[in-house]
Amino acid sequence: MSTNDTGMPSRPWSPSAVELDRRAFRRARTTRSVVTATLSSIVVFLVLSVVITRSPGWPRVKETYFSWDKAVSSFPAVLEGFWLNVRIMVICGAIIGAFGLALAIMRTLRGPVFFPVRAFATAFTDTFRGLPLILVILLLGFGVPALNIEGVTNDVLLLGCTGLVLSYSAYVGEVIRAGIESIHPSQRAAARSLGLTHVQTLRFVVIPQALRRVMPALLNDLVSLQKDSGLISILGVVDAVQAAHIEEAADFNYTPYVVAGVLFLSLTVPMTRFTDWVARRQGGPGVGGAV
Amino acid sequence: MSDLSVVGLRKAFGNHVVLSGFDLSVAHGECVVLIGASGSGKSTVLRCVNLLETVDDGVIRLGGDDVTDPRADPDAVRARMGIVFQSYNLFPHLRVLDNITLAPVRVHGVARAAAERAAREMLDRVGLADKASARPDELSGGQQQRVAIARALVNSPELMLLDEVTSALDPELVGEVLELLVDLKRDGMTMLLATHEMAFAKQVADRVCFLHGGRVHEEGPPSELLVAPREDRTRQFLSRFVSL
Repeated sequence: MSTNDTGMPSRPWSPSAVELDRRAFRRARTTRSVVTATLSSIVVFLVLSVVITRSPGWPRVKETYFSWDKAVSSFPAVLEGFWLNVRIMVICGAIIGAFGLALAIMRTLRGPVFFPVRAFATAFTDTFRGLPLILVILLLGFGVPALNIEGVTNDVLLLGCTGLVLSYSAYVGEVIRAGIESIHPSQRAAARSLGLTHVQTLRFVVIPQALRRVMPALLNDLVSLQKDSGLISILGVVDAVQAAHIEEAADFNYTPYVVAGVLFLSLTVPMTRFTDWVARRQGGPGVGGAV
Repeated sequence: MSDLSVVGLRKAFGNHVVLSGFDLSVAHGECVVLIGASGSGKSTVLRCVNLLETVDDGVIRLGGDDVTDPRADPDAVRARMGIVFQSYNLFPHLRVLDNITLAPVRVHGVARAAAERAAREMLDRVGLADKASARPDELSGGQQQRVAIARALVNSPELMLLDEVTSALDPELVGEVLELLVDLKRDGMTMLLATHEMAFAKQVADRVCFLHGGRVHEEGPPSELLVAPREDRTRQFLSRFVSL
């Protein structure tokens, strides 16, 4: 008889009568659940569509928000604006990642020498996590140009992005810090005992594990950043939201806003699914057992 | 020549004094085993020697150098010794091979190819040549502990510190780790270890120290201390190990 690694004999096996009965029951139960779920979804959808389309204001709403012609005519302009949102997300996302990591490291430094660094990082986090993002963008976008400082940009796009970076760095920094502090002290002890310095320990042992652990939360923030990049439209930057606003202003047809919304969803939904997938993969097989 | 000497060591955690006036010396190539009840300070001695704890008082010398001097570079001191922990503490995000090569490459400036060659040799020595690419969580406890020992040994330490390295293992896995340590002892490694395995202590120790009241309460060769202790407290402690 052959044996595998664990010393278990591998003898031929066919399921017992009890196991066959259990499988038949599970199959039947699964079928019943799928049928119930499908039927109830169809019913809900039908009721909703009937209620909405039979409502007195529907023809007007349909014309104002879901006009196909308007959607087609406004699409190129909104898409061009949306391309700006995508670029903002990618570039700001990278900068925020670096700033957030720096803030997190600054806040985890120990020892009196680093008090000023820690204090700065804490104050920064408290301020920008506490202020509404729209306020940060407004203050920067309108306040900085008013100062008339030579050499400082008056470009509202740059200032708006700065607002996003400041606010999101504070959040991302806290997420990464939580990850760093979740790594068991014995990992640091093991690294230091091998002669690694504090910085090497962070670089090769703590941060790789911490980032892996908080990756789902970081991707969640990236999805959120993608949406919030629309906020800089209040400074007059022509992104998807502002482009839709311009299109809408011509004839007071709100369809371009719906177009912009669909474009945002077309990016955030796949990103969210990807985040879920990363989180699930991290759980690893067998972590939860049968529950 | 004394490789490690500890004189007048004191260490307290808050109001709880763990070590007080603790003296110990380990000669070159000697294997000293610390025994004692839980909380008697065995682990604290090892952690102080490895500078993972800052001592409250006393002097620890390694090869004549005062390592407790705050002017000494603690990273350089730690690089001269290896420590193995009860809970293995392998780096879960790195393959077995990378766990072993991390310190040689980053601390000792060994070229990666050479470090990997040395790491594979070391894995072969601990009987895990086929596990180089495995992740730590794919290994059994005994295998993880042997990797941890390989990770410490690959840096050619002057002194090995072993902190209850078999406490988390079942009896069958304990055997494979202890065998490795017996080999190490035969090769002349200077070792200081804390253990609850009296049979093992008997087998490898040149000297056994019983810790009680924050210091070495009684010490002697295993054939004397473990068999016919002079002190009542030592006898009382050892009486619980029926196998002896």
